[in-house]
Amino acid sequence: MKWLLVIVMVSATVLSDLLQSYEMKQAGEQSVTARGLARLLQTIVRKRLLILAILGNAVSFFTFMALVQNEPLSFAVPASAASFVLETLLAKFLLHEKIGARRASGTLLVLAGVILVSG
Amino acid sequence: MNKSATLKTWFVLLLFLACKAGGNSAMALGMKQVPEKMSMDPTLYLHAMLNPFVAMGIVALILALLTRMALLSMADLSFVLPVTAVGYVFAVVIGKMFLHETVTPQRWLGTMLIFGGALLVGTTSRNTTE
Repeated sequence: MKWLLVIVMVSATVLSDLLQSYEMKQAGEQSVTARGLARLLQTIVRKRLLILAILGNAVSFFTFMALVQNEPLSFAVPASAASFVLETLLAKFLLHEKIGARRASGTLLVLAGVILVSG
Repeated sequence: MNKSATLKTWFVLLLFLACKAGGNSAMALGMKQVPEKMSMDPTLYLHAMLNPFVAMGIVALILALLTRMALLSMADLSFVLPVTAVGYVFAVVIGKMFLHETVTPQRWLGTMLIFGGALLVGTTSRNTTE
């Protein structure tokens, strides 16, 4: 059961982040003033993929909650960090982001850190 | 790279981290005051939202979601993911300073790795798809 929850949580996180990144880049640079955030909310309502992304976020949040109810945090947090690697790879191949040696090594250092912090 | 755009990105990143840390802390504090144990019953969650700390936490977490989306409009996903992990460092430092938690050497090492990794990613070009 716990691995099913991990798979659902990681898949929902990956899907949500990829959709958000794709749609937000399309929408152009946003501002974080009160007016900017109100405009961002209007953008979300208009774009079906962003609504799907937020649903994915909710699924990921509730599966994480279910996971920590039954498993220790020291398992749940590193398991959720698996989405890090998957998302970085998919960002390269699907979103065509350029991931050089510096970014890749920094990401791996962060991943190792997250695993140690939650261990 | 445009200096003011870079400064704006770092400002939005700090705002996201502040909303996230504030939201999580308020939620944790509020949920400890809610007497009922959460289950699948949605009315329990609605009742929990009446607690002012839980309500403040929800508002801050919604703001965190929106600022992260704004951040994704300015920077690559592969940039945002590692730099926002600095939130883990904040959690350890807040835990040590304000809640007087014991931080093991392993957690300090992990914290330093996250900080170093985020710093390394932070020096790369934030948007490579422009």
